[in-house]
Amino acid sequence: MAPIVPVASVAPVHVSGPKRSSRSVYILLIPGLAWLAVFFLIPLFTLFMTSLQKESASKPGTYVFGIQLSNYANALAEYWPQFLRSFVYAGLATILALAIAYPLAYFIAFKAGNWRSLMLVLVVAPAFASFLLRTYAWKTILADDGVVTSTLNSLHLLPDGRILNTGIAVVAGLTYNFLPFMILPLFASLDRIDYRLIEAGSDLYASPAKVFWRVTWPLSMPGIVAGTLLTFIPAAGDFINAELLGSAKDRMIGNVIQTNFIEFRDYPTASALSFALMAAILILVFGYIRRSGTEDLV
Amino acid sequence: MRWIRKNIIGAIAILVLVYLFIPIAVVIAFSFNKPEGKFNLQWNEFSFNAWTQICGVPGVCQSFLTSVQLGLISTVIATVLGTMIAFALVRYRFRGRSSTNLLIFMPMAAPEVVMGSSLLALFLNLRFPLGTVTVMIAHIMFIISFVVVAVKARLQGMDPKLEEAARDLYAGPAATFRYVTFPLVLPGIIGAALLGFSLSFDDFIISFFNAGTLVTFPIYIWGAAQRGIPPQVNALASLVFISALAIVLGAQLYSWRRRRSLATH
Repeated sequence: MAPIVPVASVAPVHVSGPKRSSRSVYILLIPGLAWLAVFFLIPLFTLFMTSLQKESASKPGTYVFGIQLSNYANALAEYWPQFLRSFVYAGLATILALAIAYPLAYFIAFKAGNWRSLMLVLVVAPAFASFLLRTYAWKTILADDGVVTSTLNSLHLLPDGRILNTGIAVVAGLTYNFLPFMILPLFASLDRIDYRLIEAGSDLYASPAKVFWRVTWPLSMPGIVAGTLLTFIPAAGDFINAELLGSAKDRMIGNVIQTNFIEFRDYPTASALSFALMAAILILVFGYIRRSGTEDLV
Repeated sequence: MRWIRKNIIGAIAILVLVYLFIPIAVVIAFSFNKPEGKFNLQWNEFSFNAWTQICGVPGVCQSFLTSVQLGLISTVIATVLGTMIAFALVRYRFRGRSSTNLLIFMPMAAPEVVMGSSLLALFLNLRFPLGTVTVMIAHIMFIISFVVVAVKARLQGMDPKLEEAARDLYAGPAATFRYVTFPLVLPGIIGAALLGFSLSFDDFIISFFNAGTLVTFPIYIWGAAQRGIPPQVNALASLVFISALAIVLGAQLYSWRRRRSLATH
């Protein structure tokens, strides 16, 4: 989807040129910021208010102002498995994506030479093909009579004997779809490492593994933090992969929010779940950033 | 052994790139399929049918055009708004800078379901009719942040000496902006707009919440996924993919050749 941004968002902010202070700056700022305030911040507030609404006594099926905190308790009591599953699936996909992305990002940053910009284009390019169609294509690739499934089956690696319509397919889809969001921040971070530091490690007779774990990995931490967040967050809220690749048993919280909002029109429940998801992700993100010590993400 | 150790990362890197393109190969290949039954999931028979009659299925091209229009209008508005913010952030000192940065960062970090559902909650509470306008509002909202980041990066990477030189040569602020600053930032703005368009064109989750009865291309695909996606959809998506890739590779080639010719002079 938006692969250029992670690179830039982790770039150091250095001030170029003299800065002016003048009133005209607000003419530049206000239109865009107002748009974000009205159509991003205020909706979050409306979402919160909707999550507390109660059903109208005179007109069932419609909802009126209320402060019904029990909406949260009821929604979470009913849908905690999907909530938990979203975080487990997104967590697994993030770890897999990190393992897959690191070698590629490392190669582009240090070894690609003239091929570097071409390889970066190729990392971004899948986003030009429809997200939904690419996900749908995995249905063909992972089909029960396909090469992948039969190979893994002959090795007795699949507990259910199939991939499609299981959690494995959903995690595989999530890993694939959000991989560029992992690769680009990792690359940006690795690219900023002074390669002489890595060379110094081997000059001092550290084994390649030791150089990696003691020098490269810690220096790429900002990219790891940014990449894992940019993969985890959209994966936790996604409902496309679970819908197209999973079965009813693999539904994630996004599926529940979507059906409750659009099909059942149970706005308070859907809003409560949506707000809870946002809160859970925010808590997780801040805890994670504090632990990994990368505060300059924003 | 040494050879393996030396090349293993390169081999993995190439495998990962191949992996990224496997589903796209499937999408393109199945645009040449003549599916047996409704679902275009199993290879049946080679056919140019979907390409020669690319609008042959009702609604496909209509939804495609809807997405193009939506993408163009949203991108233009968001690019203007985002570029203005980027200039303010790089060129001015002002109060509320960190809250501005936070407000720009948040839409990029928030899950799409949350943004889609919260906007829907707003429109429902205001009894605002869902459709083209609501989807456009949503698209502009999530594109702005990406434009700000992309243009900001370009502005920060610019050599301030170029503008100083213009001023030294007695160019006024307006002339400096028109003949020096703007042309230098333009590639960044164009890049941001292309990114914005591709985000808008491919957005499903946020659009789905706020579309009402409007059918964008991704919403068409979502609906079709239940009853079978016609190969025409694959053909259109392949067309988009190939033209976007051609544009980006062309731009790469152009800048590479320009750099080379500048280096030889």
